Amino acid sequence: MRMMIGKIGEWFDRRLQLAAPVREVAEHPVPRNTASWWYVFGSAALVVFILQFVTGILLALIYVPSAGEAWSSLQALNHDVTLGWFIRAMHGWGSNFMVAIVLIHMVQVFLFGAYKFPRELTWIIGVFLLLMTLGMAFSGQVLRFDQDAYWGLGIGASIASRVPILGPAVVKLMLGGPIIAGATLSRFFALHVFVIPGLLIGFVCVHLLMVLKLGINEWPMPGRVVKRATYINDYHELTKKDGAPFVPYAVWKDMFFAAFIILAVAACALYFGPFGPTGRPDPTIIQTVPKPDYFFLWLYALLSLLPPSLETPALLIGPVVVIAGLLLLPFLSGEGEKSWKRRPIAVLTVMLIAITLGTFTHLAGFTPWSPHMNAWSSDPVPDRYIHESTALERQGALVFQVKQCRNCHSLGETGGQRGPSLDSVAVRLTQDQLIRQVIQGGGNMPAYGKNLSPAETTALVAFLETLHPQGQVPARDASRDVALSDENPSGAKP
Amino acid sequence: MATKPVLAASSNDSISRRGLFMKLGILFNGLAASVLAVPIVGFLFSSITRGRANGYLSWVPLGRVGEFPEGETRLATFRNPYVMPTDGSTADTACWVRRIAGEQFQVFAVNCAHLGCPVRWFAQSGLFMCPCHGGAYYRDGSRASGPPERGLFEYSYKVENGMIAIQAGELPTPGAAIASLTGEKTPCA
Repeated sequence: MRMMIGKIGEWFDRRLQLAAPVREVAEHPVPRNTASWWYVFGSAALVVFILQFVTGILLALIYVPSAGEAWSSLQALNHDVTLGWFIRAMHGWGSNFMVAIVLIHMVQVFLFGAYKFPRELTWIIGVFLLLMTLGMAFSGQVLRFDQDAYWGLGIGASIASRVPILGPAVVKLMLGGPIIAGATLSRFFALHVFVIPGLLIGFVCVHLLMVLKLGINEWPMPGRVVKRATYINDYHELTKKDGAPFVPYAVWKDMFFAAFIILAVAACALYFGPFGPTGRPDPTIIQTVPKPDYFFLWLYALLSLLPPSLETPALLIGPVVVIAGLLLLPFLSGEGEKSWKRRPIAVLTVMLIAITLGTFTHLAGFTPWSPHMNAWSSDPVPDRYIHESTALERQGALVFQVKQCRNCHSLGETGGQRGPSLDSVAVRLTQDQLIRQVIQGGGNMPAYGKNLSPAETTALVAFLETLHPQGQVPARDASRDVALSDENPSGAKP
Repeated sequence: MATKPVLAASSNDSISRRGLFMKLGILFNGLAASVLAVPIVGFLFSSITRGRANGYLSWVPLGRVGEFPEGETRLATFRNPYVMPTDGSTADTACWVRRIAGEQFQVFAVNCAHLGCPVRWFAQSGLFMCPCHGGAYYRDGSRASGPPERGLFEYSYKVENGMIAIQAGELPTPGAAIASLTGEKTPCA
């Protein structure tokens, strides 16, 4: 039997002649200290990519890329087709894992100085691979053609329309017409299934080829400085003196980690299930709170926190600066120290970016900038604020709820967080200031002058004046007593 | 060694028979590519050129004037004038109709002027509020607060035979024809 297999193998290899080059690649020497758990993320990204490829093809067996039917075909996958829900969940979680692993891989490469000479092009191809991974994530979210996908496309179109002069044309090119409809889904399907995966395969091959040709980056040692003139010789000497064949010396860690990641994706898929689809993509249903998938949540937060005047420049120039910076990085610091121990600015940059993105993502989890659309009709006024209150103050509490103030202002921890919490507003603002703020608005609050009768304003302010913590006196205008008293000493009149 | 004379010959500005055919072959393929490029580029960009000069916009009826009480703002829906067979419910669109008095209307797009999320009308406080980034607008569509830089997008409307119709057919974005037709609204005082 074994002889037979050997003979068949020989028959093929005489024609393909692949055994020798494959063996050479597998056994090429790598620096001994790169057989580290830090070096497993690149291969893990490749394995998740293959997983996405396989699950994607499986989904395409059922999925219908038609605006009228995509949503129902996803429902069928979730509920009717045997294990359809699991394949959808694997693909969805696979995409989350892929974005995360590609980012971790990039951070590791950056901190280990692996982008320096002679691996500049490997890094540049890697930057494009990151952009394509994000492109796959966004277009995949569109293919889950639900309410979030529909309004997410609207947000994309609104951003694209801000491009000077070309804006409207870019929007129509992106949507495939004047509105978000059938042509939009079809072109995102073409991007997600043909264009970007095709490019990804090509770029991944070049990326891998260069890793093989140039050798894996050696473990960075403080003081071992990269110089263009000597690096290649030094590297070859290192692999000769202290090298080991990639298979099996280093590869077993890659294999363990890859299997672990696949199992982790499967576990998430099994436990959390597939993503959506949320409501039908019917634009006449406006009771919706669209939110992007988690890898774009930071952008969602950024767009609500930027001052309006900075938004368009930040949206249009920001990505160009970031991408140009990433592409130029190996040319700006192609030599020098590789070790993170001697590159404090690199470490601080990574930490700053990670904390910024993490904070924005966290904020987008509870969106303090969005009004709570149902707070006015569903959140109760805490007992302590209406206990032993006068009829006027209770009337004010009613005005407060009915006029939707609660949608943006919280009382007793419930309600919107768009505006400040009003639990202690009476300590901050005097009666006059309250009246002015309610009627004229300002500081990002709409003016309510036209929507409140004088009686309603009086009642509302009377209620607001009772909102102060126990033991703290409400704010009062010190000149008020004097101004209102009959004995006005200055006697000044306007 | 056999190729050397050819190399020498070509460097002397004379050209071999094979070299000529090779160049002609490249030229011929270039010609074929440019002939093919015309329909490919034309097809690819057809979604832009189709809508030149507000060509996407046409009049769409929203309903009888009587369906919209005076002084109130109601949600109306219409089917987009340009529809493909596969559009499904995505070709349906909603808009906010404010009847000021008589035949005087304002018809707003549901899309927030910030990033296009659907705004909701709150009659009690007379505000449109956006669920995404917290934009708010007054009853006349002008900006009240939040990130939007302008008021709500407004459709052109006309009243004929007791029916109200709007000029629609394009997703309202800051650069869209709908936005330029009605112009920017002045901020509310």
